[in-house]
Amino acid sequence: MRRAHLAATAALSITAALTATNAQAADLTLCWAAWDPANALVELSKEFEAQSGHTMKFEFVPWPNFADRMLNELNSGGKLCDLMIGDSQWIGGSAENGHYVKLNDFFDANGIKMSDFIDATVTGYSEWPKNTPNYWALPAFGDVVGWTYRKDWFEKPELQAAFKEKYGRDLGVPKTFAELKDIAEFFQGREVDGKTVYGASIYTERGSEGITMGAMDVLYSFGFKYENPDKPYDMEGFVNGPGAVAGLEYYKALYDCCTPPGSSNGYMSEGIDAFKSGQVALQMNFAFTWPGFESDASVGGGKTGYFVNPAGPDGEQFAQLGGQGISVVSYSEKQEAALEYIKWFAQPAVQAKWWEMGGFSCLKAVTLAPEFPQSQPYAQTFLDSMAIVKDFWAEPSYATLLQASQRRFHDYVVAGNGTAKEALDGLVADWTETFEDDGKL
Amino acid sequence: MTDDNTSRGTATAPARLRRRIAGLSDRTLAFVFIVPTILLLLAINIFPLIWTIRLSLTNYRANRANEAIEWVGLRNYERILTDPDIWNSMQATAHFLIWTLVLQVLIGFSLAYLINKKFRGNDLWTTIIVLPMMLSPAVVGNFWTFLYQPQIGLFNYVVAFVSGVDPASFSMIGDVRLAPWSIVIVDTWMWTPFVMLICLAGLRSIPDYIYEAAEVDRASRWRQFWTITIPMVLPFLMLAVLFRGIENFKMFDLVVQLTGGGPGSVTELTSINLKREAFEKWRTGYSSAYAIILFVTVFGLASIYVKALNKVKER
Repeated sequence: MRRAHLAATAALSITAALTATNAQAADLTLCWAAWDPANALVELSKEFEAQSGHTMKFEFVPWPNFADRMLNELNSGGKLCDLMIGDSQWIGGSAENGHYVKLNDFFDANGIKMSDFIDATVTGYSEWPKNTPNYWALPAFGDVVGWTYRKDWFEKPELQAAFKEKYGRDLGVPKTFAELKDIAEFFQGREVDGKTVYGASIYTERGSEGITMGAMDVLYSFGFKYENPDKPYDMEGFVNGPGAVAGLEYYKALYDCCTPPGSSNGYMSEGIDAFKSGQVALQMNFAFTWPGFESDASVGGGKTGYFVNPAGPDGEQFAQLGGQGISVVSYSEKQEAALEYIKWFAQPAVQAKWWEMGGFSCLKAVTLAPEFPQSQPYAQTFLDSMAIVKDFWAEPSYATLLQASQRRFHDYVVAGNGTAKEALDGLVADWTETFEDDGKL
Repeated sequence: MTDDNTSRGTATAPARLRRRIAGLSDRTLAFVFIVPTILLLLAINIFPLIWTIRLSLTNYRANRANEAIEWVGLRNYERILTDPDIWNSMQATAHFLIWTLVLQVLIGFSLAYLINKKFRGNDLWTTIIVLPMMLSPAVVGNFWTFLYQPQIGLFNYVVAFVSGVDPASFSMIGDVRLAPWSIVIVDTWMWTPFVMLICLAGLRSIPDYIYEAAEVDRASRWRQFWTITIPMVLPFLMLAVLFRGIENFKMFDLVVQLTGGGPGSVTELTSINLKREAFEKWRTGYSSAYAIILFVTVFGLASIYVKALNKVKER
């Protein structure tokens, strides 16, 4: 009897030990887009591996295919990803379709407070329904559309003089979109350092989300609103109101007057190339691109300046939110280990290191630290931009809504079909149909 | 002992099988061979087709598997057939299809006619002409986006050299008027060799004695061309048109890589449009109806065409 008891105890101990070993040595796969911040995260995660004993694997997909590939994975209940840094617009669909694990209890149990993160990133990356305390992700990478400019060109005395003569004011960072267009026009086709340069690189990409991110970045400040604040999904007069129409007309005018030839299908990488190669004076792009400019031989070392998305005609100023939260995939068999990773990632020391390595931390302890604005040339612009963000629909049908705006905007801005009013009226019709299909109207 | 048994066993098995097969009628034997094929066809062709028809009558969305599926009857078909965007896409496809076929037939036949003449380096030229067809459409699309670049693209420089216009003043894939032609040019560059090869086979199948007889009758070269060459090559040409027509109706990768369907929607062919509906917007029921409409269109047109082809062959 005693021997049997001993054997049973030994068996239990071995089982427990094995189970413990399994729990300690999980192979976690983190899925994200293939871009510079992802490489920084690989480096950062080595610390987690050393501390936890888990091994980290990474599945990175280039941005143009990221949504297609990863949403297929989630929709099919795939087990490839234990952790997903999914785009902000995916939150609604992923929450409603059960792709992500709800994190409220985990946050409560581990003392992770959402009030410690930049408010806009919590709303944008974590909450569904929006503005309710239901969390499906931890803000992981704060991003926003802003502008870079060739500071070294702006400082050239001959260009300053020519600009002043033409516009009667100093060549400097534009405060309004009207000023931005003047600067872009000034540089368009001008010879700088013996080379023909152009005004601005803006988003025009048709296939995924490019032109929508670019046009929205402008439209918000001109008065565009997704819906009536008092009546959900009532879009008439908000999506296609006079301000929105003026904003879209402005975006087309900027495209027509001031972009380099052949800029009809450009997004993030085309913008980076245009700016680094010295083709444009101004560049619209997400903040994630900024660390790369600082370390670049041709535009780094003080040659690049950064500024917040300018104000519209009525002084309203908003910027398009980018960035992502990190979620635990509900189909993962290693949820415990995945949650461990999130707990580790949420620590202030790790977040501080994340910022140092080029990752845009969303933790207030990092971004509101007194030394933060001086930590990088773009740090203050990042902070100011994050204070004025707005995001695209995060509805479960966001992809359908996005495809409609992509087509309507590209048709008007690049292809030159119809008027801005017609494009936005068409967009209201498309979006209404989508919400009707969803049973929300 | 065991070895003996095993070897005896293996030796007798084929004999037994032979006896059993010998006992079967031809009809049964044919049935035995054909049934697996029929089952496979049913599983991979017929069942998905029937399933797609069923889905096309619902509002099903593949990314919302938990939601109840609602029966919507013919509503999806009605929406597709009354959607002006889908008609635009059909128009873009028709433009692409017609022009690529016309150009590929004309150029392909001309090249085949020239290559068919006996001259030095004939084989080398054939190989060079056939090269584009061997490349992947995605690579070709990417390659031509660079050629079409207004600032660095070779295509613009060649056009500028010939016409004297500024190469940076026009963008083949960014201009709504030029973009449809930009994809026609690339597809023609890539697939004309295919038409050429088929035409070449046709030309080489014409016996020399027919031309010799025509010479004896003092028929002119022009008359020989119209009364011998063209009628004899016509079935081959029609076959090439059938292949290219079906392929180009489904054209996807080359255009996605080249223009992404833009600018606006001017090069958004039906295949690209369908992919967006099915796998970006996840409107599975709707896109199933769309696929059925396209299938019926291609099947209908191809059937009419094959009948015409058979008539030409009978002549």
